[in-house]
Amino acid sequence: MPRLIRQALFALAVLFVPALAQAQLNIQIVEGNPSALPIAVVPFAFEGAGLPPETDVAQVVASDFNRCGQFRALPRQDVVEYPVRGNEVKFGTWRVLKQDFLVIGRIRDAEGGAYRVEFELFDVAKQQSLLALAVGARAGNLRDAAHQIADLVYEKILGVRGAFWTRIAYITSTGTGKNIQYALMVADSDGFNPQTVVRSREPLLSPAWSPDSRRLAYVSFERGNSSIYIQELATGQRQVVSSNRGINGAPAFSPDGAQLALTLSMSGNPEIYTMDLGSRRTTQLTRHFSIDTEPQWMPDGRSIVFTSDRAGKPQIYQMPASGGEPQRLTFQGEYNARATVAYDGKKFAMAQGSGNVYRIAIMDRSLGGSGEFRTLSPGNLDESPSFAPNASMVLYAAREGSRGVLYAVSADGRVRQRLVLADGDVREPAWSPFRQR
Amino acid sequence: MNNTVRVLLAAAIAVSLAACAKKVKEEPVETVDRTETTETTPVETDGKYGPEDLDSDSCLRQRVVYFDFDRSDIRGEAQQILACHAKYLQDRASAAVTLEGHADERGTREYNLGLGERRGNAVSGALQANGGSAGQISVVSYGEERPTCADSDESCWQQNRRVEIVYTAK
Repeated sequence: MPRLIRQALFALAVLFVPALAQAQLNIQIVEGNPSALPIAVVPFAFEGAGLPPETDVAQVVASDFNRCGQFRALPRQDVVEYPVRGNEVKFGTWRVLKQDFLVIGRIRDAEGGAYRVEFELFDVAKQQSLLALAVGARAGNLRDAAHQIADLVYEKILGVRGAFWTRIAYITSTGTGKNIQYALMVADSDGFNPQTVVRSREPLLSPAWSPDSRRLAYVSFERGNSSIYIQELATGQRQVVSSNRGINGAPAFSPDGAQLALTLSMSGNPEIYTMDLGSRRTTQLTRHFSIDTEPQWMPDGRSIVFTSDRAGKPQIYQMPASGGEPQRLTFQGEYNARATVAYDGKKFAMAQGSGNVYRIAIMDRSLGGSGEFRTLSPGNLDESPSFAPNASMVLYAAREGSRGVLYAVSADGRVRQRLVLADGDVREPAWSPFRQR
Repeated sequence: MNNTVRVLLAAAIAVSLAACAKKVKEEPVETVDRTETTETTPVETDGKYGPEDLDSDSCLRQRVVYFDFDRSDIRGEAQQILACHAKYLQDRASAAVTLEGHADERGTREYNLGLGERRGNAVSGALQANGGSAGQISVVSYGEERPTCADSDESCWQQNRRVEIVYTAK
């Protein structure tokens, strides 16, 4: 009897545990890019009262630069001077160290126990200040402030909005057999600050961000069959939006957030549908005996790309978001599936299979035509690519031995960073859209 | 009672099979298997299955059907297993099964959900063709999410490409 009660309580407890921190992702830079822009980030001075914060803001900024592939931060031990304000900068020093750019800063107290992080960016060759701004942060949020600073510097130098202050969602599984535990997690884009969104003893998969990055849609088997849930991250509140007979899978928010594309097999085999999230009414877009799944919206919201094996093997197709005749997009590679589209609507990342080897391929249609393919990952079972919202990097899942790990790779493939959960399997990364400042 | 009859018949068949096997000693093993398949069928139709057979009957105890990579057609070896489960469903109208479809880890997860369902549907079709009725059968696909084996090699992948027959009512 007490055992039954215990089991019941446990079942309740595992279903939903919001915001519980888990083992941190371990970050390693696998390769580097020698032609990246050299930038020095001087440790930020703490000018507040009380004890200095634990977060090393300059280190977080430097790590962001190193990860993205376009910059190479000067190693901390090579930083020989510690200017805090513009008039303390000796440009000659940084020129000798062959740095193109220099970031300095200081952390000051703000009202209500918050901080104000002031920073300045310099062009070393021109001996010019390019940017001088301040970012506010609460005590526990200094990493957020650091990512925002990295974004502002990135945008000032490269003319493209930075995507460091974003988040990633992913699925973990720990244990084996009957003791397996699945979790949907959300972490900062660098893998820090992981939070549990949902935990379950039944499979969880296919997390997808809403365009305002406040909600996640995902698939859960907790009802015995696949169902699609939408969950508000701030409140933990969630709703079942689809629980039909058969598969309820592959949710994807439309760019305006009003619709969900999804896969349902209630008609007998998997077809693509759209759901109006206001009325919950669904519209069937494909009608074919093949497997049609993994819908993704084009950035303009007018068409949908998806996976179909109507030609025998899975390939990527595109069709109007209102339905209509699909056009095949991929003609290279025997197996192409689960495409994701960059914000420009020109670059597609997908899992490309050849024999027993599955790698991330980029199909780039920037130059028109049917597009050029290149392979972005070196693994054997790589899948689930997800673009950063500025397309500077791609997250994907790989297998190493019998465990799943995540990689973040720069768009040129030159810098790869491994994110490994200390325990268990990590997979299905989904990079969030830009966050609203 | 039924049981006794079946056991006796099975014993008789076993003896005749043994005799048969002796006669065709030089033949490949496959031939013997085929003989066995055709000769056991009449035994099953003689008596009706009861719930206890799920634990004791050597055919009904087999609950997993395996598939080739990216395929959902039923292999020859599975026909006999499916025939006895179909007969069970026919004999016991109150019985019900859930067919859990699975895929190996290769390929994408949502596509594999589709593939697992396709395999489940293939098994469902075979059960119905052999006497089961649609109302007794439900299909759920877990794709590659519930592997029985975690290594990345063919022996492991083969174990994971499967449909599990789960009795939800006996």
